[in-house]
Amino acid sequence: MPATNTIDGHTFAINEEGFFTQRDDWNEELAGILAELIGVEMTDAHWKALRFMRDDQATTGVTPTLRRMQTVGGFDVKELYRLFPGKPAKKMSYLAGLPKPIGCV
Amino acid sequence: MTRLVILGAGTAGTMLANAVAKHHPTWSMTVVDADDQHVYQPGLLFLPFRGRPDRLVRSRKAQLNPRVDYVNSPITAIHPDQKRVDLGVGIIIDYELLVIATGSHPRPDLVEGLTDERIWRRRAHEFYSLEGAIALQRTLRTFSEGKLLVHIAEMPIKCPVAPLEFALLAEDHYRKRRLRHKVDITFATPLDGAFTRPVAKQTLGDLLVDRSIRVTTDVAVERIDPASQRLVAYDGRELPFDLLVTIPPHTGARVLEGTGLVDDVGFVRVDPHTLRSVVDPSVFAVGDATNVPTSKAGSVAHFQVEHLLENLAAVAEGREPTARFDGHANCFVESGRGQALLLDFSYDVEPLPGTYPLPGVGPMSLLKPTRLNHLGKLAFEPIYWNMLLPGRPLPVPTTLTLTGKRPVTGKD
Ligand SMILES: Cc1cc2nc3c(=O)[nH]c(=O)nc-3n(C[C@H](O)[C@H](O)[C@H](O)COP(=O)(O)OP(=O)(O)OC[C@H]3O[C@@H](n4cnc5c(N)ncnc54)[C@H](O)[C@@H]3O)c2cc1C
Repeated sequence: MPATNTIDGHTFAINEEGFFTQRDDWNEELAGILAELIGVEMTDAHWKALRFMRDDQATTGVTPTLRRMQTVGGFDVKELYRLFPGKPAKKMSYLAGLPKPIGCV
Repeated sequence: MTRLVILGAGTAGTMLANAVAKHHPTWSMTVVDADDQHVYQPGLLFLPFRGRPDRLVRSRKAQLNPRVDYVNSPITAIHPDQKRVDLGVGIIIDYELLVIATGSHPRPDLVEGLTDERIWRRRAHEFYSLEGAIALQRTLRTFSEGKLLVHIAEMPIKCPVAPLEFALLAEDHYRKRRLRHKVDITFATPLDGAFTRPVAKQTLGDLLVDRSIRVTTDVAVERIDPASQRLVAYDGRELPFDLLVTIPPHTGARVLEGTGLVDDVGFVRVDPHTLRSVVDPSVFAVGDATNVPTSKAGSVAHFQVEHLLENLAAVAEGREPTARFDGHANCFVESGRGQALLLDFSYDVEPLPGTYPLPGVGPMSLLKPTRLNHLGKLAFEPIYWNMLLPGRPLPVPTTLTLTGKRPVTGKD
């Protein structure tokens, strides 16, 4: 069901799993707040990954997969796991205000 | 006279070529494939347990309408800017319209340690290729004790239910031999559940649990350690195995790399409805070779061909392609114990319980394991060779209908 979430005065549309449905609802301040909520402490390396994802999605229309982060973005997957422990693909797309990557049908 | 070239004479290329030969006999058409061995790929699921490999293979050329000009040669380069395809040994063919049907290919070389000679095709197997399925049959004959790890490396893969079916059939195999208590089966997936679509994920997930198959989710494989026989995940988890059956990452055909037509895993970027390349209006793709967001399956290729045929005719006559493929897929899921389930879905419609193809009557039951569905799966082989490939009419609609399906309301 379409729904919205409001945190610290930021309102954004989400899907049933909580992922953003409107990329323009996103801004870096909001990302910082969400990161705190899921226990990620943002550093330059974190921002670099999120910014790559936003730029890439803006041109391709789809959230990049981890493989694409590696082959196109030049990121080290292991490092991404360190930065966003557990489920990096999900955490990163959530914090970047993008849909969960598909590639999986 | 339209000059059409089809790359690949597998399931999709063969169906398309035969349809074109029938409906547009005046077109000039060339079909190219690297060899003359058409493998019935759904049979690879069963081969590790029983059966003779040669029974799954037929001549490619023999599946094609005799009017089709078939060239048996590897494709070595594609030049969309010059509308030209190079075959080895200096042969060049020109096209007006190109259809790419070169499939999706398992790439064990992309997983570090997997093809290490200490384990590859001995302790670490795949069954998505004929030689892989043959080697696994040999291993299963003697493997009677230990940890069996069934694993999907990465999505997308063709026939995304086959790994799950393999786990269920392996369970059956050892139960029948009264060895089930000695073989521990784990199903490890990069997804967050047993399948990609919500309702089916639940049903299939329950089935695994019922058969005491452990499910480990969100596994992103970093490498295989051949010495200790462990699968090491990026998040640090380590899954030990005595026998690994993995589905390696898939990519499109290597020859498409660098053509500008494909995404980063080598699948042709097409409009998901018209199947036309998003960068080159003379190029279309069909079957597993495309990047469309539905399952890579023979049934999908079958549903696509009808729409593609119409769109090629439109473009040949200078019109815009208007036939729209809706992502329709259906697959029988072999669930062991002589039963199977049937899934039916599209881009927009999730797999739902119900009956198929006739609402309320069936005879097939959707999303429920039955004996009849299993027979349906077995019946698919003669249907494949005798109906699908030659393009004889089938009483199955190519766009998804919602009649016969029940919306999901909590309990079934
Ligand atoms: C284990 C398993 C079980 C399956 N079960 C089912 C099932 O139950 N139901 C179902 O619907 N589907 C099933 N499938 C999937 C189905 O087999 C595929 O989706 C289908 O074959 C796709 O057809 P295609 O023509 O796109 O690709 P393919 O049939 O793979 O054909 C691609 C062709 O391109 C050729 N080619 C590639 N590169 C080159 C080159 N450089 N030069 C020359 N030729 C080239 C190849 O030789 C090949 O013949 C299964 C697949 C597997 C592996």
